[in-house]
Amino acid sequence: MLRIDVEKQLGGFALRAAFESDARVIGLFGPSGSGKTTLVNMIAGLLNPDRGIVAIDDDRLDDTEAGICVPTHLRRIGYVFQDARLFPHLSVMQNLDYGRRMNRLARDAAEETRIVDLLDIGHLLARRTGKLSGGERQRIALGRALLSRPRLLLLDEPLGALDEARKAEILPYLVRLRDEAAVPMVYVSHDAEEMRQVATDVALFARGRIAAFGDAGILTQAGARQV
Amino acid sequence: MLSIRVSLVATLVATPIAVATAWLLARRDFWGKSFLDAVVHLPLVLPPVVTGYLLLLTFGRRGAVGQWLAEFGIVFAFRWTGAALACGVMAFPLLVRPIRLSIEAVDQRLEQAAATLGAAPWRVFFSITLPLALPGVVAGMMLGFAKAIGEFGATITFVSNIPGETQTISAAIYTLTQTPDGDAGAMRLVVVSIVISTVALVASEVLARRAGQRLHGL
Repeated sequence: MLRIDVEKQLGGFALRAAFESDARVIGLFGPSGSGKTTLVNMIAGLLNPDRGIVAIDDDRLDDTEAGICVPTHLRRIGYVFQDARLFPHLSVMQNLDYGRRMNRLARDAAEETRIVDLLDIGHLLARRTGKLSGGERQRIALGRALLSRPRLLLLDEPLGALDEARKAEILPYLVRLRDEAAVPMVYVSHDAEEMRQVATDVALFARGRIAAFGDAGILTQAGARQV
Repeated sequence: MLSIRVSLVATLVATPIAVATAWLLARRDFWGKSFLDAVVHLPLVLPPVVTGYLLLLTFGRRGAVGQWLAEFGIVFAFRWTGAALACGVMAFPLLVRPIRLSIEAVDQRLEQAAATLGAAPWRVFFSITLPLALPGVVAGMMLGFAKAIGEFGATITFVSNIPGETQTISAAIYTLTQTPDGDAGAMRLVVVSIVISTVALVASEVLARRAGQRLHGL
């Protein structure tokens, strides 16, 4: 269960968002500049809310009234960025292993194999990151986040930097991930079709507010309005 | 070779301090930051003799810090360690500058990504920031080492020119040029110093290129 109730002022932009959901994939949908990434950064602890609460189940990560603000590295929240952000000085394998090392987790070969297979990245493990395609980079970023064993996975337009063909290449992996992995996700996108395929609950963003919240069905009306 | 030992020790001891200082200047905002920045650069703009004299006043046998350290058996004055200290101080700004620039050039979005993967700030620094800033660290060490080899003014003021103890190559060349029939000896040392500098330059070039390739994930 993810519970959000936050306010944040960034220059002339004000974000106010509140919702509760235990959906497997919570979609944040809306045009760019509507506050989706700001909210995701707040959940990750990269930004702190001016006021409010971010909580997973009963664990409060931010609570401005109680003075709680858990630093990013202790949140156990995975984050897949639009621009992958693979570590260039490490090999693919070392990138994948980074989260396990930093969290001092025991090696779990079965889990590694499962995720490597799920994402079809076995043939890339020994490579360095410089010459990978955009789709490959994004799959590795996804694997890297999953292998840090997060309790929530944030995906900020993970397909945003890819062309249509690459999107079609990755999308099935995301659907598989939703159906097979036990980790809940927050999925940010401005693409209604993509959202419809992946998300189970959707929050519609407009100018820093949540205009509507519901199941993927609300995209039909909103999608029509946007186009 | 005394000069090489002095310069190596100076560079190796100064590097971790320079990295810490560079990181503070690059990534932190704090009260007195411009003051720290100015102090770091002082040895660059002060006449070396002034720096050497200040060192003598501070770390000399009667100096405040020197007296205190002497109780632990650490003496700088007129010892090769003092020459290393003088070289380290003189080389410090040259170490800090390239390291600071290369830390500033490290993409902070990678550091954020590392944090979301569970890396505490100090682990982010050692696993991401420092390896990615390595070319700058190497360049800084090279510059610092070259400066330390060539350092003359502060050293001679602080620890004098004692053959076998504090006489670095620059001081030795100076002495030889002041003695009749010293030209041949001076020339030999000149060649030696050219060789040392060239080797250091080439080595750092090679290291920096390797580090640069790693940086781009090749």
